[in-house]
Amino acid sequence: MGSAGSEDRLTVPSATLLGQSVLSGVFIGALYGLLGLGLSLSWGMLRQVNLTHFALAFLGGYLTFQLAAVAKVDPFVSLAITVPAFFALGMALHWFFMRFKVTLLNTLLVTFGLTSIIEAGIQWYWTADFQRMETSYAHVRWKVGPLYLSLPDVITLGLAVSLCVGMWAVLRYTDLGKAIRATTEDAPIAAAFGVNEKMLGYLVSGLAGAFAAVAGVCLALDHTLAPVQIYAWMGVVFAAVMMGGLGRPLGPLVAGIVIGVSEALTMAVTAPTWAPLVSFSLLIAILLFRPSKF
Amino acid sequence: MKIDRRRALAAGGAILSTLALPPFARAQGKPIRIGSTLPLTGPLASLAIIHKVTAEICVENLNKRGGLLGRPVEWVLRDDQSKPELTRTIYEQLITADKVDLIQSPYATASILAAMGVAQRYNKMLLHTSFGIPKLAKYDMQFQTAGSPFDPENVWPNHVFDAAAKLPKPPKTVAIVTSKFPSVHAISVGAREVLKKRGLTEVLHLEYEFGNRDFGPIASRVKDANPDFLWGGTNGIDPVLMLEAMSKIDYRPPAQVHLFPAPGPMLKVPAAQGSLALTTFESHAPFTDDPTIAQFVKTYAERAKEAGIPYTAVDLQSAIMYAAWQVLEAAVNATRSLDDKALAAWLRKSEVKCLFGTLKWNGPQNYVEGADLYKIKQLQQGRWMVVHPNQWAAPGAKIV
Repeated sequence: MGSAGSEDRLTVPSATLLGQSVLSGVFIGALYGLLGLGLSLSWGMLRQVNLTHFALAFLGGYLTFQLAAVAKVDPFVSLAITVPAFFALGMALHWFFMRFKVTLLNTLLVTFGLTSIIEAGIQWYWTADFQRMETSYAHVRWKVGPLYLSLPDVITLGLAVSLCVGMWAVLRYTDLGKAIRATTEDAPIAAAFGVNEKMLGYLVSGLAGAFAAVAGVCLALDHTLAPVQIYAWMGVVFAAVMMGGLGRPLGPLVAGIVIGVSEALTMAVTAPTWAPLVSFSLLIAILLFRPSKF
Repeated sequence: MKIDRRRALAAGGAILSTLALPPFARAQGKPIRIGSTLPLTGPLASLAIIHKVTAEICVENLNKRGGLLGRPVEWVLRDDQSKPELTRTIYEQLITADKVDLIQSPYATASILAAMGVAQRYNKMLLHTSFGIPKLAKYDMQFQTAGSPFDPENVWPNHVFDAAAKLPKPPKTVAIVTSKFPSVHAISVGAREVLKKRGLTEVLHLEYEFGNRDFGPIASRVKDANPDFLWGGTNGIDPVLMLEAMSKIDYRPPAQVHLFPAPGPMLKVPAAQGSLALTTFESHAPFTDDPTIAQFVKTYAERAKEAGIPYTAVDLQSAIMYAAWQVLEAAVNATRSLDDKALAAWLRKSEVKCLFGTLKWNGPQNYVEGADLYKIKQLQQGRWMVVHPNQWAAPGAKIV
């Protein structure tokens, strides 16, 4: 803690401050959830700890920025390019892991290396300087009572909820989802029932890549891009994924929002410097009291 | 190839003009090697590229003027990856393996401190551009070239509040929101004391971790506190993120300072208009009255554009690096020596006129206490310009 001052202590916030902080936490939490979705799927279902997911999300953000800046392409139209491209990248990554039989621990090391390479590539092309996408979306906001909602935040929340709920529904209610879950549970038995484990692996990895592209648009819409920021999101998103449960599409979203709101409320009532401790304290508490979840 | 009369004359003229140059303008012999690191990768890379482009121009110009002591200058640059521990290792290598003649500044407090230890071990003089906590600079052959005071936690808040007092509505209440990034945090702690002495009221004090992602709750707290003046103990992109979070809740502080903002991104934020910040140099008169400096500003703009740097005007970062090379050149030329002890002895008793004022090192730990070369700039109509003190203000500029 810093030097003592009146505001370093616990303060009683106004209802507006509290409400606006909760909203802020929900929105940032939705982004944690969106970033965590692909990571959770590849970790829980493919047994791959894919740090490259963060680099791909930022690469998606930079491509969105580039298309908007140079070709004046709307960020959401750019998804027509980035989503298929990143789906293919996700599949290529899966092929690499399969081809070289990379183990769970080694996926962590290999994808860390790949992340560094992508970071270097981003820095080479876009420089290490901050880049900011100019878009009309950023200036749209609504007032609801005393609270304000901004369009980029609402879009991020909408995309996160749609993709997480959609993925959850696919896994729960479709034959494809059941096949993916069966493969995760016991691949040889699933194969005996005619499930093509290999193809499903490529599909899940491709989907994780595509989710990174969508997260990239949200990053570009409402955040400043710099290559080094790839690493700034890792800790908190990992916490959201672990708290939410591996391979559970709704988990990172719910956990992300819990973390986001907890951090925001911490900042609203006491010194903001305590906020980063919240996500990891929550994670440790869950690991201590509900270890069976992992 | 056929050589016609015109071409022959042109070639002859070129050779004659080269021979006609005074002897000191032709660098000859074994190059003088000057070694340093910069964080070309890692979190500080966006600032390092500014220092790199600036230093390349300086070395190029130096060699055009005949180098140092009549010998060409070679700058040996290594990437320290924004890691102080690597900086230490590389400076060891530069001195022991590369056997450089002199060393120059790395970037940022932690790396400078790391390099300072190595410099001390090998009795090398170290010029440095960006050391945020002067009291930690104990080595007697270190010299800052940023124009910083020995006590920035006292001098810089006074500059800011002197400038704020000239605002159309001078502030009475202040909200201090500061990152825990070491140097800006120390200055913000100092600001709390300074504002008390000046009879101002602190209505909010918040500290956040550097690298914070969500400024929403902080923005809401500032809005709730409703200060006349926001003290942003911020650097890099943080001011942009903070102001954008404030815009989202339809709030804009009546007046504000952000200590060391990334200048380019701030230009694009409407709420940043009118923001104050610290600087040493901006690309306008009276700084550019010197034709050499005006040419540097022009060359830097071209090279920065080529290097993909979004903000191409010379300001604080570029100026402090330029000053480091001015000081090195002045010391070597004055002593006619590359001996570190001789250079350091000369600097301690001398003054060097650089692009943003006259540098001196005759106070505690080779600093000057209570005075510096920093100024206050303000973002006005999409342009940063110095507004305080008056002698450095852009022509016709006033604090608004």
